[in-house]
Amino acid sequence: MKRARFLVPLGIFVALAIVLAIGLNRDPREVPSPLIGKPAPAFALPTLGNPERAIATADLKGKVWMLNVWASWCVACREEHPLLVAFAKRGTVPIYGLNYKDQRDDGIAWLAQRGDPYRASLFDADGRVGIDFGVYGVPETFIIDKTGTIRFKHIGPLTPEVLTTVIEPLVRKLDV
Amino acid sequence: MIPELGHFALWLALGASLVLGVMPMVGAGVGRHDWMAVARPTAGTLFTLVALAFVCLAASFANNDFSVLYVATNSNRLLPLHYRIAAVWGGHEGSILLWLLMLTFWTAAVARFSRHLPDVLVARILAVMGWLSFGFLLFVLVTSNPFDRLFPAAAEGRDLNPLLQDPGMVIHPPMLYMGYVGLSVAFSFAVAALIGGQLDASWARWTRPWTTAAWIFLTIGIALGSGWAYYELGWGGWWFWDPVENASFMPWLVATALIHSLAVTEKRGSFKSWTVLLAILAFSLSLLGTFLVRSGVLSSVHAFASDPKRGLFILAFLVVVIGASLALYAWRAPSVGLGKRFAFVSRETMLLGNNVLLVVACGAVLLGTLYPLALDALNLGKISVGPPYFDTVFVPLLTPLVFLMGVGPMARWKDARLPDLAMRLRWAAGTAVVAALAVAWLHGGLGIVGVLGLLMVFWIVASVATDLVERLRPDAGKGLVERARQVPRALVGMMIAHVGIAVFITGVTLVKSGEVERDVKMDVGDTTTIGPYVFTFRGAQAVDGPNYRAMQGVIEVSKNGAAPTTLRPEKRLYTATQASLTEAAIDTGFTRDLYVSLGEAVGGSAWVVRVYVKPFVDWIWGGCLVMAIGGLVAATDRRYRARTRRSEAGIDDDPVVAAHARPSTTPASSTT
Repeated sequence: MKRARFLVPLGIFVALAIVLAIGLNRDPREVPSPLIGKPAPAFALPTLGNPERAIATADLKGKVWMLNVWASWCVACREEHPLLVAFAKRGTVPIYGLNYKDQRDDGIAWLAQRGDPYRASLFDADGRVGIDFGVYGVPETFIIDKTGTIRFKHIGPLTPEVLTTVIEPLVRKLDV
Repeated sequence: MIPELGHFALWLALGASLVLGVMPMVGAGVGRHDWMAVARPTAGTLFTLVALAFVCLAASFANNDFSVLYVATNSNRLLPLHYRIAAVWGGHEGSILLWLLMLTFWTAAVARFSRHLPDVLVARILAVMGWLSFGFLLFVLVTSNPFDRLFPAAAEGRDLNPLLQDPGMVIHPPMLYMGYVGLSVAFSFAVAALIGGQLDASWARWTRPWTTAAWIFLTIGIALGSGWAYYELGWGGWWFWDPVENASFMPWLVATALIHSLAVTEKRGSFKSWTVLLAILAFSLSLLGTFLVRSGVLSSVHAFASDPKRGLFILAFLVVVIGASLALYAWRAPSVGLGKRFAFVSRETMLLGNNVLLVVACGAVLLGTLYPLALDALNLGKISVGPPYFDTVFVPLLTPLVFLMGVGPMARWKDARLPDLAMRLRWAAGTAVVAALAVAWLHGGLGIVGVLGLLMVFWIVASVATDLVERLRPDAGKGLVERARQVPRALVGMMIAHVGIAVFITGVTLVKSGEVERDVKMDVGDTTTIGPYVFTFRGAQAVDGPNYRAMQGVIEVSKNGAAPTTLRPEKRLYTATQASLTEAAIDTGFTRDLYVSLGEAVGGSAWVVRVYVKPFVDWIWGGCLVMAIGGLVAATDRRYRARTRRSEAGIDDDPVVAAHARPSTTPASSTT
């Protein structure tokens, strides 16, 4: 039995190697979320640029909108951002940001440097709203319909394919 | 012709590494001295061949040979020569070749500087390193050949990634790789010792200078990378907990633990199996880092082009190397036996505490780096956890570590007394508390974490000073000079390195609590004021570089109305890649950096300008440099230089070690 503890490092490594092997064959992909088909969680948050101005769930009723969770510390967001800026210019759907567990100054600076694709960014400093939305990490993207129901969720950076093959058709369908 | 020569040299090197991996290992097993003797010359040959391949690739870059795919992808006629040379390691294939060059360099170095070791051990060490070279050579030749031709040849190259066109880039990767790969020496020593079943104090003594040398390079490499990110990425941050940074930080943490654990094994013969495990882990983490960076499993600012075949190869290599060494460990380590017993309060316990904390810290970084990957493996998507996680985890781990840093060196081996330690350190503790509170009060607005940081800084400095005073105080008829001469270099190195930590923490604390960052829209003539500094925007003009066009902002900074300093941040557009890049302008100072970078143009002559004042930021890298100097002083301790040691008996401050280590080294020395 004394020998067994010397096997622990090997055991841990084998488990790690399995995770790495699976990770090697992964792509970012959408996952079923328990929130899909459910009403979006209620929130009322100040906007990033203007702490005086708050946006609540009710304000967004009646239109299809996209919620993009981002943070200035998030590396994957840097990758995603140019795509989002270009997508916003096409005006397919209004994009709202959820600035997740960030510093206000960092967030503002980040947008100033990289361009701001958002109608407004909600400032979620303690991540409370992010938790309500079931955010695993950053970035994540949601599509919410006119009745305030979550219709789609994407985890990880958006890709051009997801935008054109999933999000655009979905938004067109919901927007009629 | 030159690329083919390089390619051919790599195939020859593959053969040499196979010979190195097999013959000495078998020779050591069956006791054939002529087979073992093959090891040293083969190690030299291997290094020469890989160096030749490397020179061939560098020559292809220098000659703008765009018929070589790798050169065409990573260089350009307009690229200045020094960047063309640095471009050798600007992409995947070349950086693996650099890795390999370093590995064979260390192998040759071990062959050269191991005259005092037993032949059997040297044969096994070099054989293990030969296998590592074999694996990497196969990797280069099968999946990442830098000499692949491009038919027809490109008229012009695609240019080096603009982020990498920077002086820091010229030396950062070689330094980092020297550190990464240097850990392979400690690894090979450990595996060789496990195979031979001989793990004793002399093994630890031989491993120590190599480990410290690798650690020095790693420290400098990480610091350079951090400095590079600071001024090149234009965000003003110095550490981003990016997966690639973590990949270099994890081996550093474990290597630091290893250095301390080796001290115990050398001095007291304890922790043997633990030390061996750390030696295996440190290099395994280097390999894991390579995997994470090279396979593209994690997205990162470094975003190298990824290829699943390469990832699979490195993973297989990882499994073979780490799996085999850990299996060997599980098989052999139980028979290693325990070292000398020690009391609960003793230097051993404190060093064990250091080890546990460092390894836990490494585990936390590993978790934070791999948790996103694990989620992905479980089909839960790609995410990043970022600084909120790491900041929360690191402060509670660092605090006890720093506390032990003060107490540990003062405690006696085997059995120390708490009241005695408290007596000796009472002035240090008092001074630290008073000084931290005084500075915090004078400075103002530091917050709880800031005060804690200052407390750590003063505690380290005061306890090192106390230790030094105790060692230099005239005693038993010996004066100051005589006492000073008795302090071993290794100890001086340790003190310097610990002070380096204090310098580092000073930088981190004061930047975190005192920095001012501002993004302002500025038109010509507009000013913004931060503290005593007035920043005036004088407009932006177009300037051209060798391979880019840029808008250069002109910003004057003056302090209290004194003569202004001009800063010229740039926003560059590299012509070949059409990539834009922010080049910050920094006025570096001993107590603060003034950091200016250009954001977007916002109509007319106005720009968004980011203006930072960063107090003591350079102390972060200064601290790393001091740590590295400490390492250098420690690694050059003369008891590691075997040839002089035999003639100078009794230089060690610990008679137990002298008695323990000498008999086993004597037969080895006779081979010279």
